[in-house]
Amino acid sequence: MSTAESAPQQHSLPLGFVRGEPVIDKPEDLYIPPDALELILESFSGPMDLLLYLIRRQKMEIVDLPILPITKQYMEYVDMMKDLKLELAADYLVMAAMLAEIKSRMLLPRPPADDDEEDDPRAELVRRLQEYEAIRQGAQHLDELPQTGRDNFIGHAQTDAQQWVEQQLPEVALADLALAFSQALAQAKLQNHHQVQREKLSTRERMSRILDLLQHQQRLRFADLFDPKEGRPGVVVSFLAILELVKEALVEVVQVDAFSEIHVMQREPIYAESTT
Amino acid sequence: MQNQQLKQAVEALLFVAEHPLSEAQLLEYFTNESISRKQLKDILTELQKDYQERGVQLIRVASGYRFQTRAELGGIISRLWQEKPPRYSQAMLETLALIAYRQPITRGDIEDIRGVSVSSQIMKTLQERGWVKVVGHREVPGRPQLYATTAEFLDYFSLSDLSELPAIPEPAEKASNTGQTITAETATNESHAHE
Repeated sequence: MSTAESAPQQHSLPLGFVRGEPVIDKPEDLYIPPDALELILESFSGPMDLLLYLIRRQKMEIVDLPILPITKQYMEYVDMMKDLKLELAADYLVMAAMLAEIKSRMLLPRPPADDDEEDDPRAELVRRLQEYEAIRQGAQHLDELPQTGRDNFIGHAQTDAQQWVEQQLPEVALADLALAFSQALAQAKLQNHHQVQREKLSTRERMSRILDLLQHQQRLRFADLFDPKEGRPGVVVSFLAILELVKEALVEVVQVDAFSEIHVMQREPIYAESTT
Repeated sequence: MQNQQLKQAVEALLFVAEHPLSEAQLLEYFTNESISRKQLKDILTELQKDYQERGVQLIRVASGYRFQTRAELGGIISRLWQEKPPRYSQAMLETLALIAYRQPITRGDIEDIRGVSVSSQIMKTLQERGWVKVVGHREVPGRPQLYATTAEFLDYFSLSDLSELPAIPEPAEKASNTGQTITAETATNESHAHE
């Protein structure tokens, strides 16, 4: 090496030295160490990929598909694959069989055709190779496209607007509730003249009914929960039911502004509250 | 509303929105201002131009407009995080490319072209990522499922529609099942093809 270094380099730098002789041209077919072979074979994504590689290495066009040397080389690779990774070889064997079939059909003398256009046994394979090459190109295009999370990242500003936009409903004072109740009572009084004989009203049943109503409608007007026709006992049961529901934290009683309509709302589940 | 104000409003909306906003969605926010679609489009084009040279760009993807960082900055920005972004295998990219370029397509079609059986893992991953979905069945025996790409796929690759995919050669005239038909091209090349 030392002698080579001292010698002035007039022309292109040699790639290396073999037995003291400078090697300037790249060897036609690089030697691949057996250990590296497994890696190379794994890098092919299938028989079509391997076939395409073999054709390109020969600097051939797909349409000129030189079936004999390609089949030979292909089989060499498949044999090596069989030693290394048997399951992988199955798909490759199908292709090997196809190549062998094409080769044999090309060897056979063809019967004189009726017309000039002859069948080329390679046509189908050529078509598939062309399509595969196109797709491989497409795959490369996809890989080169900017990818979210690899090349570009989506950005949007964090704003706390949500928290302020959401309407903060005021609490209802007990006095307001009592007032509303007395109004309901007054309403009931007006209807006093026709007394309806009813079964004893159940508070719990009324509670379920209110909850059921709230299933369909997110908020109910407080006044709507009272049916004056039910008379005083009905109104009282409704009122008790609402109080009970509030106590059990099943509903919420809200009022937007002072003296405005009171609404009964379904209470948000606890976990929802903690997230908002 | 003044044009300048309008532009600011559109910019601000896109800035804080958590998802891409389409033109139709944006128009909805301006019903009171009675803006024409043309007006909005012009504003969006102007905004995109404003951001052209910035580190953050306004991009139109399938589901609408969104802000995203420049593609060239990927390497630097990913330093913010420990994890390396995923690299997709050649097999996965080829499968995805086939579905993207040749959709709607069946598994059988994919296998025909790639020459290997389609890995269920790959199909599962593609579907889980929301890039690929079943859009129907081919009315042949077995009614195989037909796959197509989704808007999420386009969003991911910053595309607004499939026509923006880089072109690849169109498939040659499909030969019949027996492979008996040949194209003029292969016939003319036959003379010097023999070894």
